[in-house]
Amino acid sequence: MSVEVKLPTVLRTHTDGRPSVAVEGSTVGEVFQALTARYPGLTGNLLADSGELHKFVNVYKDDDDIRYLEGLDTKVADGDVLTVMPAVAGG
Amino acid sequence: MAFASPTLRLTQTQYRTIVAHCYDGLPDEACGMLVGPVLANGEPTGVASEARPCRNADASAVTFTVDPKDMLGAMRAAEARGQEIVGVWHSHTHTDAYPSPTDVRSAVDPNWMYVIVSLRVGAPVLRAFRIRSDQIAEIPVAIDRG
Repeated sequence: MSVEVKLPTVLRTHTDGRPSVAVEGSTVGEVFQALTARYPGLTGNLLADSGELHKFVNVYKDDDDIRYLEGLDTKVADGDVLTVMPAVAGG
Repeated sequence: MAFASPTLRLTQTQYRTIVAHCYDGLPDEACGMLVGPVLANGEPTGVASEARPCRNADASAVTFTVDPKDMLGAMRAAEARGQEIVGVWHSHTHTDAYPSPTDVRSAVDPNWMYVIVSLRVGAPVLRAFRIRSDQIAEIPVAIDRG
């Protein structure tokens, strides 16, 4: 399954400037595993030490927040788009 | 400060959109995203193509979190234009238009412009900043016709 992962500008320093990367995997977790194997600098930005999705990152599979699906176990299909976004906050 | 540029250029319509959304959000803070062109090095030119109001997922008078679904919409809007998200704006309902410690700590992208609208006094005060490595630099704001 080839999935397109779109990345925000702040993370593209880890992908040689690429705004999106095509990665293989059948779940979001597998996609991220393949993605971070290719671009290790992304690891700490996407995943917490526990292996869960980093709390400052939101990931959408097409129009759905994966936290409201099955998290990293969310299944992906060929042609799906995962959009990674920073949590934007302040006070 | 070396990064006290560019000049943020808003149209009058964008300015009014931002300020109106800030008032509409009272008593809570309001927020939104700026879309615009960037240079080859990722730096914003300062021009805003869109000022997109977003929901404050915190629904709070002291903090904001841009609703992720609205953030997704902003990213798609930027992509459709061949542009990027170049900044975020939010209101301070009872404090000055200057980044709070929370704003500095939460600043996610060193290339973004951070716009703050203070509603503390009678007239709104809009100022813009760059935030890098916990350093704050104010940038000029120009309100153009349009």
